[in-house]
Amino acid sequence: MQNRFIITVVGHDTVGIIAKVCTYLAEHKVNILNISQTIVDGYFNMMMIVDAAGAGDVTEMSGDLGALGQEIGVVIRCQHEDIFNMMHRI
Amino acid sequence: MGQTMINISEVIETNKMIDQENLDVRTITLGISLLDCIDADLETLKKNIYEKITVTARDLVSTGKAIEAQYGIPIVNKRISVTPIALVGGAACHTPDDYVEIAKVLDRAAKEVGVNFLGGFSALVSKGITKSDELLMRAIPCALSETERVCSSVNVGSTKTGIDMDAVRLMGEIIRETAELTKEQDSLGCAKLVVFCNAPDDNPFMAGAFHGVTEGDAVINVGVSGPGVVKTALEQVRGESFEVLCETIKKTAFKVTRVGQLVAQEASRRLGIPFGIIDLSLAPTPAVGDSVADILHEIGVEYAGAPGTTAALALLNDQVKKGGVMASSYVGGLSGAFIPVSEDQGMIDAVQAGALCLEKLEAMTCVCSVGLDMIAIPGDTKATTISGIIADEMAIGMVNQKTTAVRLIPVIGKGVGETVEFGGLLGYAPIMPVSRFSCDDFVNRAGRIPAPIHSFKN
Repeated sequence: MQNRFIITVVGHDTVGIIAKVCTYLAEHKVNILNISQTIVDGYFNMMMIVDAAGAGDVTEMSGDLGALGQEIGVVIRCQHEDIFNMMHRI
Repeated sequence: MGQTMINISEVIETNKMIDQENLDVRTITLGISLLDCIDADLETLKKNIYEKITVTARDLVSTGKAIEAQYGIPIVNKRISVTPIALVGGAACHTPDDYVEIAKVLDRAAKEVGVNFLGGFSALVSKGITKSDELLMRAIPCALSETERVCSSVNVGSTKTGIDMDAVRLMGEIIRETAELTKEQDSLGCAKLVVFCNAPDDNPFMAGAFHGVTEGDAVINVGVSGPGVVKTALEQVRGESFEVLCETIKKTAFKVTRVGQLVAQEASRRLGIPFGIIDLSLAPTPAVGDSVADILHEIGVEYAGAPGTTAALALLNDQVKKGGVMASSYVGGLSGAFIPVSEDQGMIDAVQAGALCLEKLEAMTCVCSVGLDMIAIPGDTKATTISGIIADEMAIGMVNQKTTAVRLIPVIGKGVGETVEFGGLLGYAPIMPVSRFSCDDFVNRAGRIPAPIHSFKN
């Protein structure tokens, strides 16, 4: 199975959001393939495509990132890319 | 990968469906054959059943949770369906009480593996009733009042066999008895009991799920949902033509079903159990924004039940199937729009506004996927009247070659104008009036209604 995950960060823009997420990913050997961001309805939306082949338990990473988001005051989730591929690609 | 990378707007769209529009996978249902548990000794049979279920389904709930985490999609229910128990208990059960014993074992097994419902306390009697079938049917009231998670269903007719009116008459009495035995909980037992015509072997939805004898040893079936997603999509096309309306429903159904297909494949891979089917259903819940009636309103009727409702529902049902079929490798179960009353806030509102009556619901069942579902009726409704309502609904299924079902709750001690609270996914319902005219002489005839002429296709 591919190990590509989509990490999304949604919330009010503040200093250091990307830095904190990237630090966590670097510490856990997760490689960032692509970053994009946009503003929707006044909310900061960031998406990263990452390769988590080097990371251990993805459920744990998901939980850690969720907790990190709570700390910063944004919502961070980590989902396997297949849910988006299935829905948006035939 | 040969395809372009996912972009941010696609990610936002998917997550908006999950966060704001109640997109979820309604159920992963593990079907388990109990045919190899059969034994003439009741204690041995009970032990075999408990072991087969608890071993086969050991990892079902934890796997469901892991898949939720992996994809970030809620999987609301993890459930089990088993071989119709009347086929399993025949050699060992000599009284209805023996069957109640089996129901208790099923309940214990469901609790042990952590599923919230287990379906299959069932009998298939579309042409005739065996001794074993009758004992099971007579055990239903006690079984449902003395267990928590067991669901029961009885198939009393089919397009190929006609309608077994002896079974229809008996089920009117069984529903009343079940209501009586669970009257302390507003006759909740009846919410776990479905009477079918043309029951499918692979339905993952409760209360009517069972694991048909045409199935393998174990199978994963998945029920998708998503009324909120369809409704939100339709808000964008108000006033547009039917062509635009239908295309929008189809595209949305495709997206919703693809998520179900993904979850089904992943569950099958992780559990090492074959994937059976995706049930393409719009299944509402009492949550605001998760209503099929709201979709009908968005299509253009003031309330569900207003003139035009049947046509709107027919269109909705058809487009959901057309969009969903291409999204999944195997489609089955009930597949269509569900129109339960108590489980859908928009339907409850329609009843309370006086827009929706039992007879209009009956008309709607001609074009939707199931039938008269989760409808509370007065507690003093006669058994023969209930049987008459069942017979009408079965006739619709038989003649139209589709599944129909009846899940009525005669609420003991309550009448029209009062409401009944079932709690959780089962919701609450205003008690609806039932025709006071008698059908006793019709229901009391013995035997069966023959299969319709168009069933002879050989």
